[in-house]
Amino acid sequence: MTAHLKIDGPDESNRLDGMAQGVIHTPADRPEGPLKVTGTATYAAEWQLDGMATGVLARATITRGKVVRVDAEAARALPGVVDVITDSRLVRNPAQGMANESPVQAPDTVSYFGQPIALVVAETFEQARHAAHALQIQYEVDDGAAVSPEQSDEIDLPEGKQVAQGDLDQAMSAAAFSVDQTWTTPGHNSSAMEPHAAAAEWHEGKLTLRSSNQMLKYNRNEVADALGVDPENVRVLSPYVGGGFGSKLGIGPEAVAAAIAAEKLGRPVRVVMTRQQVYETVLHRSASRQRVRLAADEDGRLLGLGHDFTVYNNVGEVFSEPVAQATHFTYPGAHREIVHRVATVHRVPTGSVRAPGEAIGVTVFENAMDELAEATGIDPVELRLRNIPDRDPESGKPFSSHMLADALHDGAARFGWEGRDPTPRARLEGDWYIGTGMAAAVRVNTVMESKARLCLHPDLTAEVETDMTDIGTGTYSILTQIAAELLGLPLSQVTTRLGDTDLPPGAGSGGSWGASSAGTSVYLAGMKLREQIAEKLGVAETDLTLKDGMAIHGNRTTPLSDLLDGPLEVIGHVEGGDAGETVRQATYGSHFAEVAVNRHSGETRVRRMLGSFACGRVLNEKTARSQCLGGMTFGIGMALTEEMLFDPRDGHIANNDLAEYHLAVNADVPQLEVHFVPERDPWANPMQAKGIGELGICGAAAAITNAIWHATGVRVRDYPATLDKILPYLD
Amino acid sequence: MKTTLTVNGEARELDADTRVTLLDALRHHLDLTGTKKGCDHGQCGACTVLVNGRRINSCLSLACMHDGDEITTIEGLGTPDDMSALQKAFVKHDGYQCGYCTPGQICSATAMLDEIRQNWPSHVSDDLNGPAKLTVEEVAERMSGNLCRCSCYPNIVDAIRDVADAEGGRS
Amino acid sequence: MREFDYARADSVSDATSQASLSDGEARFIAGGTNLLDLMKLEVMTPDKLVDITRLDLNAITATDEGGLRIGALVTNSDLAADETVRRDYAVLSRALLAGASGQLRNKATTGGNLLQRTRCYYFYDTDMPCNKREPGSGCSAIGGATRLHAILGASEACIATHPSDMAVAMQVLGAQVETERASGEGRIVPLSDFYKLPGDTPHIETMLEPGELITAVILPPPPGGTHVYRKVRDRASYAFALVSVAAVIEMDAGRMQRVQLAFGGIAPQPWRNAEVEDLLTNEEPSRALFDRAADMLLADAQGQGGNDFKILLTRRTLRAVLAEATGLGDSQ
Repeated sequence: MTAHLKIDGPDESNRLDGMAQGVIHTPADRPEGPLKVTGTATYAAEWQLDGMATGVLARATITRGKVVRVDAEAARALPGVVDVITDSRLVRNPAQGMANESPVQAPDTVSYFGQPIALVVAETFEQARHAAHALQIQYEVDDGAAVSPEQSDEIDLPEGKQVAQGDLDQAMSAAAFSVDQTWTTPGHNSSAMEPHAAAAEWHEGKLTLRSSNQMLKYNRNEVADALGVDPENVRVLSPYVGGGFGSKLGIGPEAVAAAIAAEKLGRPVRVVMTRQQVYETVLHRSASRQRVRLAADEDGRLLGLGHDFTVYNNVGEVFSEPVAQATHFTYPGAHREIVHRVATVHRVPTGSVRAPGEAIGVTVFENAMDELAEATGIDPVELRLRNIPDRDPESGKPFSSHMLADALHDGAARFGWEGRDPTPRARLEGDWYIGTGMAAAVRVNTVMESKARLCLHPDLTAEVETDMTDIGTGTYSILTQIAAELLGLPLSQVTTRLGDTDLPPGAGSGGSWGASSAGTSVYLAGMKLREQIAEKLGVAETDLTLKDGMAIHGNRTTPLSDLLDGPLEVIGHVEGGDAGETVRQATYGSHFAEVAVNRHSGETRVRRMLGSFACGRVLNEKTARSQCLGGMTFGIGMALTEEMLFDPRDGHIANNDLAEYHLAVNADVPQLEVHFVPERDPWANPMQAKGIGELGICGAAAAITNAIWHATGVRVRDYPATLDKILPYLD
Repeated sequence: MKTTLTVNGEARELDADTRVTLLDALRHHLDLTGTKKGCDHGQCGACTVLVNGRRINSCLSLACMHDGDEITTIEGLGTPDDMSALQKAFVKHDGYQCGYCTPGQICSATAMLDEIRQNWPSHVSDDLNGPAKLTVEEVAERMSGNLCRCSCYPNIVDAIRDVADAEGGRS
Repeated sequence: MREFDYARADSVSDATSQASLSDGEARFIAGGTNLLDLMKLEVMTPDKLVDITRLDLNAITATDEGGLRIGALVTNSDLAADETVRRDYAVLSRALLAGASGQLRNKATTGGNLLQRTRCYYFYDTDMPCNKREPGSGCSAIGGATRLHAILGASEACIATHPSDMAVAMQVLGAQVETERASGEGRIVPLSDFYKLPGDTPHIETMLEPGELITAVILPPPPGGTHVYRKVRDRASYAFALVSVAAVIEMDAGRMQRVQLAFGGIAPQPWRNAEVEDLLTNEEPSRALFDRAADMLLADAQGQGGNDFKILLTRRTLRAVLAEATGLGDSQ
């Protein structure tokens, strides 16, 4: 039986608030936690398959050109080498999120330095690594490849992504106060701790791929398309994924190569990217150049705004970082101009990294708002409060719910913002200038098609099954909690199985929609089961209370097990509908940071950071908080340390490891504070829950750089705010 | 090359290529995949194990050099049904998300608490000769060799301090 | 990583003879934290590894002169935590604790740390020309990403920096390196003579001969005074120095009676400049004097674009360290 819902309008029934088990929202420990902390959760590279060989990818060492010859013979002569795979089906680029088809193949056409060319397979990892390193590849080099947007003469302005309303130039010249500045942000790499990995095994024409991926129903089709096989013959397993942050949305070269090699060699093949390959071949967040213009009246109310930016991608890729995704609706103003430019460059392709668009777009816009606050003399929180639009300023659509003001008030009160002296460089403690800064957080909210099977057994255990993934986000927790809450069972009696394409296809982990989409599918199944139980009792579902295995209605209590003569099973199926079009849906929050900047060196330390977020119903307070900690810490990295260094001559990534691509370490991160602002958004889904995986990064870096300005009087408009950008302005 | 290791109290024989690191020996020869490979270059800490009681990056160590050594991996600290105090604290405080850096964090923290007991100073200790303290700042510095991209650092610090408190180890 | 022969040495003479008897390139391995890192990338491709971890070079002992003899195999952790070092050579303890991570310090040894190779991105990538890795191939760092690179002591052939923190402290303390050669002959070399500037032979980094083993580092008697090790880096921990300054300064009647300074992150070797120390010695601390010292130190400094900021950063860090070590307040 299927319980289906297309979300066309609001659902005010708010049934989760009427449940009795009391496990939803609670900070329950993760059910898979004991496996993770004891090293018994199994990640992609950790399956020991009989007869498995190891493959290591070999890379291109030119920027653009053709592969003329791969000296496979010499490599095959090395000890332990089984084969050198050069197959036209190998993929040159990883797949974009939800591509659902093979990414760019043609591996013998080189389009960036570091591109995978071939797979060297050997009996052991040590043999394969050496042989891949020794593999000789001859090229016909195509000189003069553009490796930066400045060098590129192919600049596209994609249709449908440009906005021109009113007359911004006029508004700027008429404005009482204006800001017109340009910021740059560097390339970012997701840098999940688990390198991309796949182990492929064929059995009677069917492929089993154990991989590290975020969106299995698409990944299956992507692999099948790349290989030229029927998706029915492909099973993808990713029960545990060691972090994704966008980098594992689509299938990558390692998976396709493993599958081709395993098929050819008739034995399982494992391919794990080296950390250097993760930097060199995984989709990264495009660097950007963003000009922001703000025109405000005497009271700081926006009359118009402009967001003109350039991002880039490689040849044949259609993704471009949607920098202005939140600019469309965050702030009002009749005069609006958004210019979205995409340069074609020969760097490793770009794609989604945690909160594509808002992560850098909101951040820069919130820097601009801070400059407007300085120009107008209006407190930065107050300035934002004055600029909350009543309706989507571009489309005129109503908001489903708008919590920015609440989040600003809540964050400001908890941080102790009130009474802040806005004067920059006014506070020196020892060798450190102290400053505070804030920013708004905004991220679009969506629901995607998702299915889950929920089965309730007579012994009062239940199972949730979907190919949805848990990449650290808390999917195991929340799906278990939703099912337990609806069925009135203790958490220990519900098991959630994920990450297997043999299970009903879920939404996948991406775009912050996992919890609301996969969660709603479980919710729908659970509600249908409740209806079936209510029917057996001859009561309305709304009059039924399920708690601790008991069905309670009126003054009667019936053991739930008495009502089950066999398992009850329902597949919940949710799809996005008109609700996504009728209203503007987003999550909102506020970031507050206190920084210390060393007066001698310009080093910045975040001393205190607080986020207040509204994301609809919080399904698990513990895992939701952790998601926010993660987003905010990404923000610290973005603000202070993270930057891909592209060589200006050939576009290769100089800092291709974790020693030199600086993620925040423990000592960079203070005891962050996270608060949730209560919200129920009936337009989101029947659970009134929204996404939280990405909101924490949106604007976070701006709170820090705005605080750097307050501490030192220095506006760093070139991310990250490393000490060299502050140093020249210190005494 | 033949090597004998004592892994989690059990003698294990290994006959592998001299190039095999202690990390790959554990993961691919001894079927102990709890120890993780995040970078293979000593830059992330996911591979942290205890050798003769001290934490090291097992990726930057040849297995053949450890003949006769006592190795403790995450599997040796506890099992899902019998977790160590730190393992329990990581679950309680959500000191992990994806779980991939977690075994390394816990092995590292296990040895780090021992370093504190031995009164080793750290980069952030005000007094090199004073007693080692378990402030937030000290724990954060001492755990900075373990990257967590999910960014559970505040929870990791809470989990470790919780255990130290329970052991009366926090001064 | 290429295949190699592995041999375990059971004495110093066994180690040096095994290394020198090897047909190809032999390397000693102890902590291995840098060597294996580079071997995996085939930046280093020794034919033979001589495992010296079982040698009896683990002791920290007092010397007859009142100094300290630190066995080459003493780990960074043990050295940093040693009570004598903490008390009498605090700058060394501080430098060690500022380096790497707890795990790496447990593995890395005193001898190996002196021989740490540069972190230059182009040295690390075997598909990039690098005179240090492959003499005569060119320097691809020049014109590339140069945030890590040298402002002093570099050459047209190489602009790499020495990444060690420990070695900077050893340099400021006037340490000596004790070695033994295959002939059985030992020698003791001041650290100030140990490293070679790149010139046109950046692949030659030290005066060690093939097969020569570092057996100990010898520190002179405790210098007294105030010890400061200030490391400036791109994150709060677990990162290499952009600039580091080690200082040992002893004040007497308001004057700097003894001044020892060494610098990391800015040169191909732990940098020491005797003229700068002479300029400051026996003078009253003042901001103007510190500026003159910085001028003198940086007179020949040359940026490469991406590291130009190090010139100002070195100046300011030196000034701050001198002020801290001499107790000079802001007003002066």
